[in-house]
Amino acid sequence: MCKQDKAKTAEVEPSRRSFLTKLWIGLGFIALIEFIWVVIAFLRPRKPRLSEANAEAIITAGPVESFAPASVTAFVRGRFYLSRQEDGGFLALSRKCTHLGCTVPWVEKENKFECPCHASAFDITGNVISPPAPRALDIYKVFIENNIVKVDTDKLIKRSEFRAEQVTYPKKFNND
Amino acid sequence: MTQARTTLFSRIRNSIFWAPILPQNERERKKFLLNNLILHFRPRTIPEQTLKFTHTWGLGGIAAALVMLLFLTGIMLKFIYEPFPGRAYDSIILLQQDVWFGQFIRNIHHWSANILVVVVFLHMVRVFFTGAFHPPRQFNWIIGLILFFLIIISNFTGYLLPWDQLAFWAITICTSMFEYIPGVGMWLQKLIRGGAEIGPESLKTFFTLHSAIVPACLITLMPFHFWRVRKARGVVTPRSLRDKSEPAVIKVPTVPDLILRELVVALVLIAFILVFSIIFNAPLEDKANPGLSPNPAKAPWYFLGMQELLLHFHPLFAVFIIPIFVIGFLILLPYFKYDSDVTGFWFISQKGRRMAMVSAFCAVIATPIWIIADESFIDFTAWLPGLPTVISNGLLPVVIVAVVVIGFYLLIKKKYAATKNEALQAVFVLLLVSFIILTLTGIWFRGQGMALSWPWQVGVME
Repeated sequence: MCKQDKAKTAEVEPSRRSFLTKLWIGLGFIALIEFIWVVIAFLRPRKPRLSEANAEAIITAGPVESFAPASVTAFVRGRFYLSRQEDGGFLALSRKCTHLGCTVPWVEKENKFECPCHASAFDITGNVISPPAPRALDIYKVFIENNIVKVDTDKLIKRSEFRAEQVTYPKKFNND
Repeated sequence: MTQARTTLFSRIRNSIFWAPILPQNERERKKFLLNNLILHFRPRTIPEQTLKFTHTWGLGGIAAALVMLLFLTGIMLKFIYEPFPGRAYDSIILLQQDVWFGQFIRNIHHWSANILVVVVFLHMVRVFFTGAFHPPRQFNWIIGLILFFLIIISNFTGYLLPWDQLAFWAITICTSMFEYIPGVGMWLQKLIRGGAEIGPESLKTFFTLHSAIVPACLITLMPFHFWRVRKARGVVTPRSLRDKSEPAVIKVPTVPDLILRELVVALVLIAFILVFSIIFNAPLEDKANPGLSPNPAKAPWYFLGMQELLLHFHPLFAVFIIPIFVIGFLILLPYFKYDSDVTGFWFISQKGRRMAMVSAFCAVIATPIWIIADESFIDFTAWLPGLPTVISNGLLPVVIVAVVVIGFYLLIKKKYAATKNEALQAVFVLLLVSFIILTLTGIWFRGQGMALSWPWQVGVME
């Protein structure tokens, strides 16, 4: 065999071979990514079935008059507090501390929520009175139908602090 | 071997054990090691100096023995335990009251797991201070870090399984920390919890991790770790600081010189754990109640250093940025450029020892002062009301601490005219001791509402 021939094969063969090698490696990577994707998709938290979720998510709290202004009522099943402001508006506050997720009890005497874990405190609107909690308590949507207060616990609403538009007010029919 | 006089029994025996079961001479011992699946992970001979107990303190071997104990007792517990929120706690009660030796087996599992965390931590510290992470052991340091991480995961996932108040709230707090990781935090938290809150899905996930995934990883990585020790020709050879000349290496056979010593350590350890488990019961509180947080609610003890950081820094820094820096430092440690070969010297040099002492002393004095000062009067959030808390309670104090640490590095380096190795070691000691003090503070000095209090007050809180 002469020198030229060898050079030729050395040029042609490796390039085809290296292409195939690269192809295999590429396919291997794609297979790996698919595998990882399957595992993650498999482990992803599932949403509860729609009918179940809706039935449980909306909690009927009770008629408007049964909640005194400037009072806080706990709803264990819905895991929230219904807080009625002094001006009669309603807020549904999540009972989970925004710091590390402990359950905050309402301390009637001191008129505030006090987290037992790291001593964060929140006022009746859910605003932070003392850190380490970084944000006001999360809220749920409140709506009032036929003078009955209902809370949609399906979606947690995060907020950094209390603002007036977060409050839901009952309609006043006989004031005019 | 002569074919003539073999019995059926000896033929079967010889087919299983290629080497003598009780080797009598050196040749037979060598054969014994090489023909044994487990032992052949070990070097055939090792330098005599490495046998000294105070060189390694037997920590690696103790860790391996503890893992074996955990596997054995864990498999037994698996026969009784039921990973469902409604039944998990009752199955633990059943285990403790109706199953023969149930409480005892649970105690062994519990105490071994907790001791294991301490032992692997000390093992890592030993490897660091004897310079055993330099070539050719660089990558074995990384494998060791992964093993350490796996053991923490194993402990953490096991913590939830009894489903009592202690378990439920510790895991709630720890998984809530994920929220502060920017970007992927919420997603990661949901993945780990299997939903928005700790519930049935979380228990299933934790049980699978604890009883299948982590053990499988450990079983694969541990032999790799040991084999790497073999490839590095045993553990790092100690060198004397007084006599810097290379000592003559006297090799001794692993079987029996090392194996017998390991056996003695393992037996003493097992005896200790059995006695400890007879005397002290593993804790079990009331059944988990998602509506009632206990006061104080604490993370598992090995995360209390981090929880202590949370009391002083904005969560973004306490649970994300500071840990990222620490983990990054540990991973890169074997790959930094070092001035000289210091493998095998305890604390590098006489000067290194003195500097380590000074650093430890500084940390012991400064950390409690800082904790008390931050608790009582330092309040950047109130002093700088215009700034967001991420800066006033996060970036600012972290920068101050970083400046202090860097200042310490420069100062001690200059004062002792030290090498980079020695100064870096001094900083490592400073941070290590501070971290230990933070953890101890979290365990013993945090009472109701996580306020500072004395250990005897912390105890009577519940």
